[in-house]
Amino acid sequence: MATLAIVNARLVDPATGLDRPGTLCIRDGRIVATGDAPRDFRPDTTLDARGLVVAPGLVDLAARLREPGLEHKATLESELQAAVAGGVTSLACPPDTDPPLDEPGLVEMLKHRARMLNQAHVYPVGALTQRLAGEALTEMGELAEAGCVAFSNADHPLHDTQVLLRAMQYAQTFGHRVWLRPQDPWLGRGGVAHEGEVATRLGLAAIPVVAETIHLATIFALARATGSRVHVARLSSAAGAALLRAAKAEGLEVTADVGIHHLHLCDVDVGWFDPQARFVPPLRSTRDRDALRAAVADGTIDAICSDHAPADDDAKALPFAEADPGATGLELLLPLVLQWARESKLPLAAALSRVTCRPADILGIDAGTLRVGAPADLCVFDPDDPWRVTRDALASQGKNTPYAGREVVGRVRWTIVGGNIVHAAAAGERASIR
Amino acid sequence: MGRNPQLNAEGKLTHLLTLEGLPAEVITGILDTADPFVSVGEREVKKVPLLRGKAIFNLFFENSTRTRTTFEIAAKRLSADVINLNIGASSTSKGETLLDTIDNLCAMNADMFVVRHSESGAPHLIAAHLAATGRTDVHVVNAGDGRHAHPSQGLLDLYTIRHYKRDFRDLSVAIVGDVLHSRVARSLIHGLTTLGAPDVRVIAPATLLPAAVGALGVRAFHDMRAGLAGCDVVVMLRLQSERMKGALLPSPGEFFKHYGLTADKLALAKPDAIVMHPGPMNRGVEIDSAVADGERSVILPQVTFGIAVRMAVMSTIAGN
Repeated sequence: MATLAIVNARLVDPATGLDRPGTLCIRDGRIVATGDAPRDFRPDTTLDARGLVVAPGLVDLAARLREPGLEHKATLESELQAAVAGGVTSLACPPDTDPPLDEPGLVEMLKHRARMLNQAHVYPVGALTQRLAGEALTEMGELAEAGCVAFSNADHPLHDTQVLLRAMQYAQTFGHRVWLRPQDPWLGRGGVAHEGEVATRLGLAAIPVVAETIHLATIFALARATGSRVHVARLSSAAGAALLRAAKAEGLEVTADVGIHHLHLCDVDVGWFDPQARFVPPLRSTRDRDALRAAVADGTIDAICSDHAPADDDAKALPFAEADPGATGLELLLPLVLQWARESKLPLAAALSRVTCRPADILGIDAGTLRVGAPADLCVFDPDDPWRVTRDALASQGKNTPYAGREVVGRVRWTIVGGNIVHAAAAGERASIR
Repeated sequence: MGRNPQLNAEGKLTHLLTLEGLPAEVITGILDTADPFVSVGEREVKKVPLLRGKAIFNLFFENSTRTRTTFEIAAKRLSADVINLNIGASSTSKGETLLDTIDNLCAMNADMFVVRHSESGAPHLIAAHLAATGRTDVHVVNAGDGRHAHPSQGLLDLYTIRHYKRDFRDLSVAIVGDVLHSRVARSLIHGLTTLGAPDVRVIAPATLLPAAVGALGVRAFHDMRAGLAGCDVVVMLRLQSERMKGALLPSPGEFFKHYGLTADKLALAKPDAIVMHPGPMNRGVEIDSAVADGERSVILPQVTFGIAVRMAVMSTIAGN
């Protein structure tokens, strides 16, 4: 079957720490050699990757595709195109669609539609409770058979700790992992901004850090009691990172992620009520941001996700508290991770592990590595190519980003899924900034 | 954060959105402009022709009688055409979005919007929209947005204080009550600190103070007697009855006992201290009738000055 060689590449495999020049060979959708091509390898196609990095395709733990039900914000077509344009070859989508992903039929349809589009792999995260209402459990067994890789209540609150305990026990029974976003529903009630100087000045209803830490303490106590594997989604505070560090030191089976914007922005970026800077959880203080960056660098936080939340323009043309939270992120994930790596003086392989092999482990999928025999899901990018974030530059239907008009560095040249080139940026775009 | 969105390219006031970040000379300029307008209200013919032919829309997404009325009187005394729209609902609960409403009224050649909205930042959104669509000749006056700002109230409070105390540079001002939810408090605090008042105090239980209130440049007191000691100005805030619901306060009675202004607590302030309130008052909740109607109360002059100050605001921004 089809063979492909990528030559003159800088091969970076975060799973092994490999970072060396060479050739990568693909046959029948799998990697067959890294470093030097086997003597008898005759590629049908050869890509010259001079000056480019060949890395595993990115694995994103949170990308909203907005289907079913929210197609005015985005569609599978638009967002899977955005994924591969951003070098993302596997993504988990949260269950907060309309209706939510609480029925096997919905999950099957989503998986089917994604397969037909033949771009990034889609791994649905099933609803933990029916209608995400936090009351009755979903049929996790059926949902897992339909293709769900984990269960979460997305950003919907789980008020009832007994339901939370039982959801964790039930998931544990069948070996499913529960993903939880830590926010006490009462302390965060009605809040839209970090409790601090900015919210005080602007008169915005605040979400205190203690809303995160109290719920984290609850989650860890229940994980301890049930022996459940828990994934903590979207940490936002220094105190939260410290609790996570302690839980890991204690030996709890917990993993965690952070949204990429929370590594770069803080509450000051809200400026004069910029709706593009409204996030769930909220952007917190510079101190929190710096602690999150450090926690990702030292491995306390396992993964960085795009927390992709495409929104229509109308949903952002509202007063701050009424605007849709979140930002488009699939196409900004790579450049913003590269920026964090540069600023944190981290080796490229170590930085990329947070968006490749580590999240792949959390999802339990065979991805995120250049190991021989692994699926040929690759991201080939120019780490030094700057581009300006404009509406036209984004494939995502959501043009909502606090980076609008700003320049970022790092551009995907080719994205390969299962050995097929699913995205190719026009050559010669390097340094072409308008 | 960029340039202050209420100043135009020449640094002149084109919208009044908040007192935060306004240069002292802009604030003082408005107060000075208000001076002659006070006497306009005392004349037989209470009109000047400064805004003749201008269309001013009072756009109230949240109910208000007093503020809307005083803006209307102010606009009419400036000879403007005033159109009142009481929408009385948040922009999401009705069919038309806030910015669609603005676009429609702009198509009717509106010159100025006086906006009250329940969401903090709504007037900023409108101002940004006008800028983005090139309508730089249309002005926005914030008549109260959520908990954020009520700058014309802040200015009339500053005017009142200046009228009675002449100078800010030696003043102790105590603001008492529900600071957490108060746009009046935020605007007055920014105004006072900008004009150099050295001692601004807020007095409230911890549940009614925002987390980072110290960052506004004020001292927080929980004990009203300690907070009132030796101050020149006492500003009482209105307490909404819904504050009893969210476990912020147990009862109006207990609030009055600890934070209601009575004659014996007022005796701790300077002998010539004045008492202010933005209205409408809850007698027996935040203020005792004997104080509200007493000789140190300047609550009714505040209302009178409020019209002159709003005339000054509207004529200033329309003239820039």
